[in-house]
Amino acid sequence: MTENMNSDQQPTRRGVPLWAQITIWVALVALLVILALGLRRSQQGTVQPGDIIPDFSLKMFDGYNFQGKSEVKLSELRGNVVVINFWASWCKPCEQEAADLEQAWQYYQPSGDVVFLGADYVDTEPEARAYLEKFNISFPNGPDMGTRISQMFRIKGVPETYFIDREGVLQYIQVGPFASIGQIQSIVDKLLAQ
Amino acid sequence: MKKLIWITLIVVALAAIWTGIAAAQQPTPSDDQVNAVAHQLYCPVCENTPLDVCPTQACAQWRELIRQKLAEGWSQDQIKQYFVENYGARVLAEPPRQGLNWLAYIIPPVIILVGAFVLFRALKSWTQPAMRGSVPAEPETPAKKSEDDYVARFEEELRKHK
Repeated sequence: MTENMNSDQQPTRRGVPLWAQITIWVALVALLVILALGLRRSQQGTVQPGDIIPDFSLKMFDGYNFQGKSEVKLSELRGNVVVINFWASWCKPCEQEAADLEQAWQYYQPSGDVVFLGADYVDTEPEARAYLEKFNISFPNGPDMGTRISQMFRIKGVPETYFIDREGVLQYIQVGPFASIGQIQSIVDKLLAQ
Repeated sequence: MKKLIWITLIVVALAAIWTGIAAAQQPTPSDDQVNAVAHQLYCPVCENTPLDVCPTQACAQWRELIRQKLAEGWSQDQIKQYFVENYGARVLAEPPRQGLNWLAYIIPPVIILVGAFVLFRALKSWTQPAMRGSVPAEPETPAKKSEDDYVARFEEELRKHK
């Protein structure tokens, strides 16, 4: 009798139900995976030489066009060497290379083998247009709407310039402004010779 | 009389034009009005800097853009939408309630609820033993057991000698 009473009075330990434990652990693991993927992505550098660049389209500013079209798609430029320059009107280093890029475009444009594209990164249109006018930029230029293109390239800042070969493969990345037009020409000429 | 009618018509026409011009011109939005919108947006370039306090030239340009849009009669939501379309959803101070962004809204309250539950259970388990009072007051020790044996044997001997 006494023994029974003692056993009845033992405090009963009710743990968290199994289904709740499983749910909590699954949720925790899922959260950690998401955090890890986010961290990995944020620590990734830009796209790397050798990567095939996915297709994208760039709608140009009013007054700019490529072969009469106001929007250009990367996939339509296969067979050409493509130079994609990310810039912004508030970016002082971009001004250092603006004239060199335009000169290089003027140099290669007659051949038709090289296409220069300017992607204006998080900018305001009046200032962007003033910048283009100031440096007489004539190669196709447009705003990177919603930063879709820059996110695809995972750019880390401006200016950055990406050189894509005739097969659509990224071959060279220039982070920061070019030192001279000669630097641009040496890269483009290498790609044309391939 | 005819002259008077002409003068009246001209005056009415001029008044109508002047009123139209005045109505078309919105007053320039104040810094406070601009900052009320800018506060809901983040600089697309700098890390974690609200647009209303961001000191860079780029942010000054964006604040001017907000002023311009407000002067054109745009609403706060229209301006925010414009910024999202141009610079991506990351400019919003509050991420849009879609996709993985929901985690930002769900996880903090869930963690608080789970924490409160764990704390409640811990507090309950700490207070329960004292409240029950049914735990034996004196646990059986080896000394006490040997004493009981001795008493039992003593009583047995007494019974034999009766």
